[in-house]
Amino acid sequence: MNVGVLPRLEPAGIDGYMVRLFDTIDEDNLAWLSALSRDCETAFGQALVDLVPSYTTLLVIFDPLQISAWQARIRLSELLARLTPDPALAGGKLHDVATWYHPEVGPDLARVAELSSLTEEAVIKAHSEREYRVFALGFSPGFAFMGLLDSSLTCPRLDTPRSRVPRGSVAIAGQQTAVYPTVTPGGWNLIGRTAARLFDRDRDGFSLMKVGDRVRFVAVDRNTFESEGGDPTPVSPTTKETR
Amino acid sequence: MANRAMVGFRVMRAGPLALLQDAGRFGTRHIGVTQGGPADMHAWAWANQLAGNQWGTPVLEVTLGGLELEAERDLTIAVTGADLTARHQNQPLPLWRRVRIAAGERVSFGAPAAGVRAYLAVSGGFKAEPVLGSVACVVREQLGGFDGHGRKLEEGDQLTLSSAEGFSPHAAEAEAPVPEKPDYSAPLTLDLLPGAQIADFTGKSLFDAFNASWQVDQRADRMGVRLSGPALRCNITSMVSEGISMGAVQVPPDGQPIALLNDRQTIGGYPRLGNLTALSASRLSQCQPGHQVRLRPIGFEAALREHRQFMGNFSFLPSSNNI
Repeated sequence: MNVGVLPRLEPAGIDGYMVRLFDTIDEDNLAWLSALSRDCETAFGQALVDLVPSYTTLLVIFDPLQISAWQARIRLSELLARLTPDPALAGGKLHDVATWYHPEVGPDLARVAELSSLTEEAVIKAHSEREYRVFALGFSPGFAFMGLLDSSLTCPRLDTPRSRVPRGSVAIAGQQTAVYPTVTPGGWNLIGRTAARLFDRDRDGFSLMKVGDRVRFVAVDRNTFESEGGDPTPVSPTTKETR
Repeated sequence: MANRAMVGFRVMRAGPLALLQDAGRFGTRHIGVTQGGPADMHAWAWANQLAGNQWGTPVLEVTLGGLELEAERDLTIAVTGADLTARHQNQPLPLWRRVRIAAGERVSFGAPAAGVRAYLAVSGGFKAEPVLGSVACVVREQLGGFDGHGRKLEEGDQLTLSSAEGFSPHAAEAEAPVPEKPDYSAPLTLDLLPGAQIADFTGKSLFDAFNASWQVDQRADRMGVRLSGPALRCNITSMVSEGISMGAVQVPPDGQPIALLNDRQTIGGYPRLGNLTALSASRLSQCQPGHQVRLRPIGFEAALREHRQFMGNFSFLPSSNNI
């Protein structure tokens, strides 16, 4: 492992720095990452191109014609020297995600139950009674990596990813959980489905969730799921990729 | 009625993949939305320049040919990038220069002779409704393009133009300078800025990375280009996922590097050798499978100087003839 003092500024091309703040995943990281993101927006202004927060890092991309990498480095060092965690965002926005947990839309419920030596009911309870934080977005637009799961639910990805995971599928893998915002391939264990739109072009900012948000999954029945606009079409068993 | 759609071309044949691309989608990486934009920024920028357009004007990116267009009105265009045996009224269409097309005439692309992607700019620019600030077409994300939902061109599409005719014949060169027209078939050396994990690769792997000849794999698209050659070993096998910048060269456990391009996923967790410069990433995107490439470390100052020099060719100011 790359040993060094944190935080650290690592070059990422002529137009970026990777700001490495931590070396392990922790909910407490989020308040620091959120504070640094906000400080960067102020300090870089028009020269800022993109900010990519993730579990332990913030990737800062700037316009190298407006600000040189040397200037950017100095500016980031100054921000880091007086960085304090963001008390306002320590909580993050809270989302309740109404979820219909059922084998028809969550075909891996039985697999997860078996791997965790729990009943399906206990899996649902363990998943829905905990509050999660959004650590990162990626994989596809609006796809939020949330954690951490109760350790009893930790289970590996599918050996063979599905070529087509339905929109709104609630899934788990490793110590994390997520909702598939759009139809994509995917290898996580599907345990239910929500009518919530994680990525919606009619919403300001498109994505329901941002890094640092808090999320609870609330178990609902099929009628509630459908009345909220959920599509109960079962996951087809034939949509697994063969490669 | 300045906003009424003005059709420039009709698509007679769509080919495998033709996409509308502006400079890309920025300020969206934090919600998992990728950059998009032209895989070959160099050729894309010259297409606009020759057509008299500002940097960032939407252009067609034509991959591997097959596209045939019919002009709905008199137009001025410029085609740059790959030699996809483009024709104008069944005569070879000159590349890297401004060309007049009369209403009813056809422009078509055949099989690739050199390179992979051609860029067709029209004076005044193509027009589409931006999504998250950009018309860059990313099929996988269903964002951008003429329909806003990331659809590639299809037969029968009517390609709309910006109502503001931006063309000023005196504002642009008629032809790109010779050194700016790459030979995409020539052996290629890519400039790579070493990154933070470079020292975590084994000594032999570092030697191999910069001395071996790498072959462009079949798995090459707008997300990334895989290189095959000696397996590179890194003391870090996986990392906590983090943001991935343009041109990052990641090395998964199989040791075969992947250069990540415009449509890359926004975060990832493999160690990286560093980043290709923007111009090297552009050149790599023009390599057909089997092409031999080498990697060469470049210093920060040299990379920045090269970038500034390149960007100095182009016009960023608001066009005065629109007033």
